[in-house]
This record gives sequence, C-alpha cells and structure tokens, in this order.
Amino acid sequence: MLSMTTAPAPREITTQPRRSDRIFRRVVTAGGLSSLVILSLITIFLAYRGFEVLRQEGLRFITSSQWSITTDDAGNVVESHFGLAAMLVGTILCAFIAVVIALPISVASALFLNFYSPQWLKKFLVAVIDMMAAFPSILFGIWGFLVLMPSAEYWAKILNHHLGFIPVLKIAPYVVTRSPFVAGVVLAIMIIPIITSVSREVFSQTPLDRIQAAYALGATRWGMIKAVVLPYGRSGVIGGAMLGLGRAMGETVAVFTVLNIVFQVNWHILLGAGGNVASLIILKFGEASPYEIKALMAAGLVLFILTLMVNAIADLIVKKTGKSGR
Amino acid sequence: MSSLSARGIHAWFGKHHALEDISLDFAPGTVTALIGPSGCGKSTFIRTLNRMHEFIPSAAMAGEVLLDGKDVYAPGTDVTKIRLQIGMVFQKPNPFPSMTIGENVLSGLKLAQLKVDNKDDLLEECLERAGLWKEVKDRLGAHGGSLSGGQQQRLCIARALAVKPQVLLMDEPCSALDPGSTLRIEETIRHLSESMTIVIVTHNMQQAARVSDHTAFFLSDGGPGHMVEFAPTNEIFSRPKDKRTEDYVTGRFG
Amino acid sequence: MSTVQPTRPWVATTADRVRDGLIFVVSIAISYGLVAATPLKGKLAYFFTFFAILTLANGLNGFLRYGFAAAKDAAIKTLVGVGALLTVMPIASILATVISKGYKGIKPNLFTQDMSLATPTDPLNNGGILHAISGTLILVFLSLIMSVPLGILTALYLTEIKGRFSKPIKFLVQAMSGVPSIVAGLFILSAVLYPITKGYSGFMGALALTILMIPTVARTSEEVLNLIPQDLREAGTALGGTQWRTVAMIVLPAARSGLITAMILGVARIAGETAPLLLLTGGGDKVNGNPFHDPIGSLPYYIWKSFNAGSEEAITRAWAGLLVLVVLILILFTTARFLSTRKVSR
Repeated sequence: MLSMTTAPAPREITTQPRRSDRIFRRVVTAGGLSSLVILSLITIFLAYRGFEVLRQEGLRFITSSQWSITTDDAGNVVESHFGLAAMLVGTILCAFIAVVIALPISVASALFLNFYSPQWLKKFLVAVIDMMAAFPSILFGIWGFLVLMPSAEYWAKILNHHLGFIPVLKIAPYVVTRSPFVAGVVLAIMIIPIITSVSREVFSQTPLDRIQAAYALGATRWGMIKAVVLPYGRSGVIGGAMLGLGRAMGETVAVFTVLNIVFQVNWHILLGAGGNVASLIILKFGEASPYEIKALMAAGLVLFILTLMVNAIADLIVKKTGKSGR
Repeated sequence: MSSLSARGIHAWFGKHHALEDISLDFAPGTVTALIGPSGCGKSTFIRTLNRMHEFIPSAAMAGEVLLDGKDVYAPGTDVTKIRLQIGMVFQKPNPFPSMTIGENVLSGLKLAQLKVDNKDDLLEECLERAGLWKEVKDRLGAHGGSLSGGQQQRLCIARALAVKPQVLLMDEPCSALDPGSTLRIEETIRHLSESMTIVIVTHNMQQAARVSDHTAFFLSDGGPGHMVEFAPTNEIFSRPKDKRTEDYVTGRFG
Repeated sequence: MSTVQPTRPWVATTADRVRDGLIFVVSIAISYGLVAATPLKGKLAYFFTFFAILTLANGLNGFLRYGFAAAKDAAIKTLVGVGALLTVMPIASILATVISKGYKGIKPNLFTQDMSLATPTDPLNNGGILHAISGTLILVFLSLIMSVPLGILTALYLTEIKGRFSKPIKFLVQAMSGVPSIVAGLFILSAVLYPITKGYSGFMGALALTILMIPTVARTSEEVLNLIPQDLREAGTALGGTQWRTVAMIVLPAARSGLITAMILGVARIAGETAPLLLLTGGGDKVNGNPFHDPIGSLPYYIWKSFNAGSEEAITRAWAGLLVLVVLILILFTTARFLSTRKVSR
C-alpha cells in the first residue's frame, strides 16, 4: 500500500547568493525602507518639537479654540493658549463638503468614461483629467479666489434662501464671502480627478463575463451598471473618496487663499468663517515666536496623524475591492 | 415556441472577415449543435443571433436574423427585448457575485424591470427545470459563488430561464466542467428542448451526438468561417455528405 | 458572387441622430423660455434648467420608444454625461483664465530680469521672473537627484526582491503620498533647518520636495517594472547572470522610457508645490545660483508673493507666473504621455 512506503525527507534547497547579489539586495532593501525611515522621522521630529506645547496644553490642544500668545518686551512668553478645535472642525468640514460634491460627479464621469464615451473622447478626457491632477494647488487657489468665488457665493445665497431652515445652512451674521462652502467647492474641483481615476480604474476591472451575462439577460446599460459594476466597484469608489478626503484635509495654499480663518468653531458652512490646520500654519508662521513655532509643529503632528489615518482606511478599503465578489 | 432563422449572416472584426454567408433555420423545439474546430466562427455566429456581437468595438455584420419572421437588426428594434427572448448561457459559469442564489435566478426580472406575480413559484420552477432545485432549495440565501462549477452553470441556466426566453443559446456550456456535471447539463438540455428552441456550440462531438437533433459543421480554411454541412445529427455522424465533415467527425483533424 | 458589405445596424442611424439633435435644440428652447418666464436668472440657471430638461426629454423619448427601462437608461446616460462635463469644465475655465489673464504679463523683460530692483506693484515692464525660473529649476534638479534613486530602489524592492517588507512598504509609500506638503515643510524645518543650517536655502526646499516626490516616482516605477515580462528576468538568470546583473543590464534598460515617465510625473507633481517653499526657501528676489546658501526664489513663491501684494499689476504678475508654470507642467505631462505610449506600442 502506498501509505506504507516511507516518504523521503524533503531536501532543503539552499541558495548562497553571490557577494554582488547580497550587496545588491542590501542596497535595494535599504532604499526600499526609505519611506519607513522618512515617515518615522517626521513623527519623531514633530512630536519632539511640539512636545512642550502638547504637555502644557494637554487635551485642550484639540478641544479648545483659543489661539493666543503674549510675550513681554524681552520676548519671554507671559501667557499662551493654543487650541486647535476650530481648525480641526474646519478641516474636516471643508474636506467633507468637498467629498460630498466631488463623489457623485466623479462616479458619473468614471461611468461615462468606461461605459458611455466613444474611444477617442475617452482617451482625450483621461489625459485631461490626469493632467488636472498634476495642476499645482496655488493655481486652484488663485483661480478659486478670483474666478470661482463670485459664482460660489451666488450658489451659497440660493442654498441659504431656499434651504436656510436647515441649521448648517444658516448665515448669521450675513457674511457669505470666503466660507467653508467656497473652500469645499475649490477642494472638490481639486479632488475630482483623483476620485475619478480611482473609480475608473476599479470600474474597468469589472469582470467582462458578468457584464455580458447582464446584457444577455436583457439588461439596459444602466441595469447592467446597477447590477454588476456598482456592487463590484463600491469599495474601490469609497476608498477613492477617502483618498480624496485625505488630500483635501492636507491641502494648504488653495484653502488659505479662499477661506476666512476664524478661531471659533463654526458649523454653518455658508458663513464666511472657517478653519484649516494647514492654513493656520501658513497664517501664523511668518510672525511666530519660537514658542509658537512649537505649537505649529504640534499642529502639524495632529494633521499628519489625521491624514495618515484617513489614508490607511482608504488603503484598506481599496484593497478589499474584488476580493468580496469572485 | 418561436422560430429563429439566420439569413446570409456575415461577421467582421475590423478588416478581418470572420464569418461568411451562414443561413440556418432553427425549428421550434429542437436542439441544434454547432460543431467545428477552434476559430471557425461558431461562437461569433451565435453571438450575432442575440446581438451580443456588437459589444466588440470593431465588429460589423451583414444579413438578417429573423425571430418569428421579424429581423432583430431592423432599425428601431429594442435590443434589450431581443435579448429577453433569446437567452444565453456562456462558456464559463458567471453568476453575479454580489447576489444570493435566489437573487441570481431572479436577476433578469430586475434587470429588465419585469413584474411577476409569484416570485417563489418562478424561482422553484426555474431551478427545477435547470435540475438544481433539490441541491439548493435549503440555501437559496447563500452566495452563488459557494456552488460548484457545474452547479453554478446550472444556476446560470436557471437565471436565463427566469425571463421566459423562446430560444436559448449555449456557448460551449460544458467546456469548463467535469464529466459528471456535463452529463447533468446534457440531461437538462434534453428536458428544456421540449419547451424551447436551443442552439448549442460545442467542441465535444459525443455531446453533439447525444443532445442535438440537427448539427451544423463550421470550418475555416484560412479564410472566413463558413458552414460546410447542416443535417440531422445522425446523418452528420453516420453518413456525412462532405469529405471534410467526415474527416472532422471521425477525428482525422481538428 | 456579389460581395456583401459589412454593416453596423446597432450604430445610431441618421434618423436617430436627427431625433437626438431635435431633442437637444428643443431642450435649449424650453429652458430658455422657462428661465425667461420664471424668476430664475444667471448662467447657472440656464445650465441646470437645460440639463434637467434634456434629461427629462431624453427619458421621455426612451419611454415612448421602448418603455420604462429604456427611459431610465436614457435619463441616466444624460446625467452621467453631465458628470463628465462638470469634471472637465473647471479645467477649461482654469486654462482659459490663465491664458487670457497671464499673457498680458508676458513681456520680454519677464525672462531677463529678476525682482531685486522691482516690487510686485511696479509697472509690468520692470522686473521679471528670471530668479524664480532659475530657482525652480535648481529646486527641481536637486529633488530629482535625491528622490529618483530612492524611488526606484523602493520600486525595485517591491518588484525584484519581493522581501517580507513588501506589504508594509507598499502601504507606507501609499501613506507617504498622502503626507500634506505643509507637514513635509514643517518636518524639514524642525529636523534640518532649525538644528543644523539655521537659514533659508534652496536645499531645504528641495529636501521637502523630495519627500513629496518619492512616492510618485516609486509608484509609477513599480507599475512600469511590473510590466516587464517575467521571462526576461528568468532568461537573464538562466544565462547565468546574477540578480544584480540581470536587473542592471536587462530589467532597468527595458523599463527605461517608463522610468523616465516616472521621473517626469514626479517633477510635475512638485514643480508647483508652494506651501513647503514658503516655510523653507525664504524666496529671494534676485537670481541665486547657490542652493546651499541664502534665500532662493521659485515660481510658486513669486506667484504667491505677487498675488498677496494685491494691486492690479501684481495680480497680473501672478497670472503670468501661473501661465509659465502651467506651460511647464503641460510640457512635462505631454512628454511623459508621449514616452509612455511609445513604451506600450513597442
């Protein structure tokens, strides 16, 4: 019987790479670890510089909204309060508005590119959208401020006029310029290319045989998309939206240009008062004393951790695409 | 039951002329097998019948496909209605992954937005006709992917049946399956032919001999694929008229 | 035998096209009438009324011809097209604005002078962006020579070594691409500028840009290297080559144009980066060829400074700077695309 014969012990296969290969592997591995080194160094240095402020402020650093520092004539700090609450709320609010606006538009254009557009138009649009993703943020900021803001304010007034009874759409006092809504629209335009490319990518991976199965059952194009493409691509699209959220939260110059920074928590998205951690750093950096710089470092650390978390979640969700449904 | 006939069908992919002048009548309630070596245009041909051919961007065609005397390619035809009447089962089982077994069977109704009075009865009927009911009746809520390959293929047959097609096209439905599952599907095909017209593409000549009433032999000798011979199945296999058919069915090439 | 002509009966017929055209025209007419008859006003009102009516009209057409499912399909088709239009509209607007406002600031002196003897609010025939262009070139060059080796080594680790850190490194590269630029700036400020150099310089800016550029280079290179067929590597090893020689003499040369694409995309990513430069480079007004000493100008910094000066001349300067920057990015991008399509076609 077969089971009676004793199987030979498996031989171990060993490779002894040559010295040149060992050096090569070591150099490449060292280079590959650069991202780990850089990210760790960022965390360590920002935490080290911000430590003093973080210890002094404690939890108030993220729960209070006061940002003030008083120094005497010799430059010694007399009194200081550093709280990021308004900036954090503003960061999340603007980024959230951006995603809410960008997501449906991005999904629609990704669907258009994959399933509706003629080939020549698709090629052209993909090139244009990819290029838009490489446009510098200062361009969006200045364009947003000088060109988009007037129309965005007009939309804001319409929104307030018709939907003003919804608490977040209240404007009191009536200041509509440089509101989180305007910043959100600019950010939305910046992240649409990102979400569109991620969505296009996952939609195009939809298994062709499932698409044909749906058509063979008499589905219309939309019926096919609803039954096959959207369930397949859902987690990828959500992941893309998270990537966009992360990018929107870390955006500096574009937001600083269009947003009115006010140190007070404001949930009214149409009111011209908002916050943004990254913009705070640019705003205060110029005239900051050494001690305030430390507070800005701590603010940078908070922003860094926030975007890292959002990106990690995005990564997890995007990776799930396709695993669920094969 | 409906009659389906193809009149002078040609097919192109870009400049490549893939299929030349095929005319075939599929009598109601019969099984027609299309046999021939790879690349002879059998699959292309059945995909012209339910207008799946046009999904390839460079595709073109000529000729008519008559369903109950009406050309399915006539201008103003609602292509989704054509595909409802001419169902299709593919080479590889392709149940919708995000849906349960039950949802898969009824998915065609949802896709085409058809209303039906008693979904449970329809579900049972379709699975019964596809020969799958006994195996899955206790786990209709499980995902389609949890079935074996042969079961998945029968699930796809049940799914195609749910929209009550007049004609069922099967594109090498057993080529990805083991012999046991193949036999089950062949039984299913025989049962179904009592109530509908079936066209099946197959590489397996024994299968053609077992399930079909008529057989068409396709061949491409370098140029576009064309039909060499069409006759009752027993004639094709016992006394083919064409030398090339004989060579093929006796296994001398292909 | 008569020759049979290929036909494509599924393509829209002339009658279909005429019908679609009519629906389009009628929708324009109706929305124009509707906007005129109601208190709605403005471009936006036209835009939205038109697309709402077009969606309805297409849906109705589908319904009359084929029924409810077709109606929904036609309406969705219109909506999805609007989505694509909304995606492209800002780009069109941005390009149009930059060109129409920027060209006024393009004077010969722009490329021959710096701002050491001029202020942003001066008339446009005084002062230029020589310092900014030279500074940006220096910054980009420095970032390029720092980030490309690290980026490509990272990609090689992921595609050739495939060691046990592959998964975490993939994740970290992804995470790094999400690092806000201002954080990269703060990091260099805290880790290098304050403790070591204690002064603004181009090198500080280049260090921050390197952090932002590595992930772009690494990810694009990884994609390119993954496209190199595995047999090529096996062929190299089977001929007795060491891994190092196989990579250096077969894999990397085969991927060359793709790797150049990766570098160009990396440069496009950082060329307009502003925030870290505001913290680190000091933004000098005169041409400075030494990246290790003294403030250095750059296009984004110049744009920023001019924009914030606020006068009409200054804003025109900002637009002109943006125009130069956009043209630079367009050139980089077109080159990258050209190279990458050539790679595929070969």
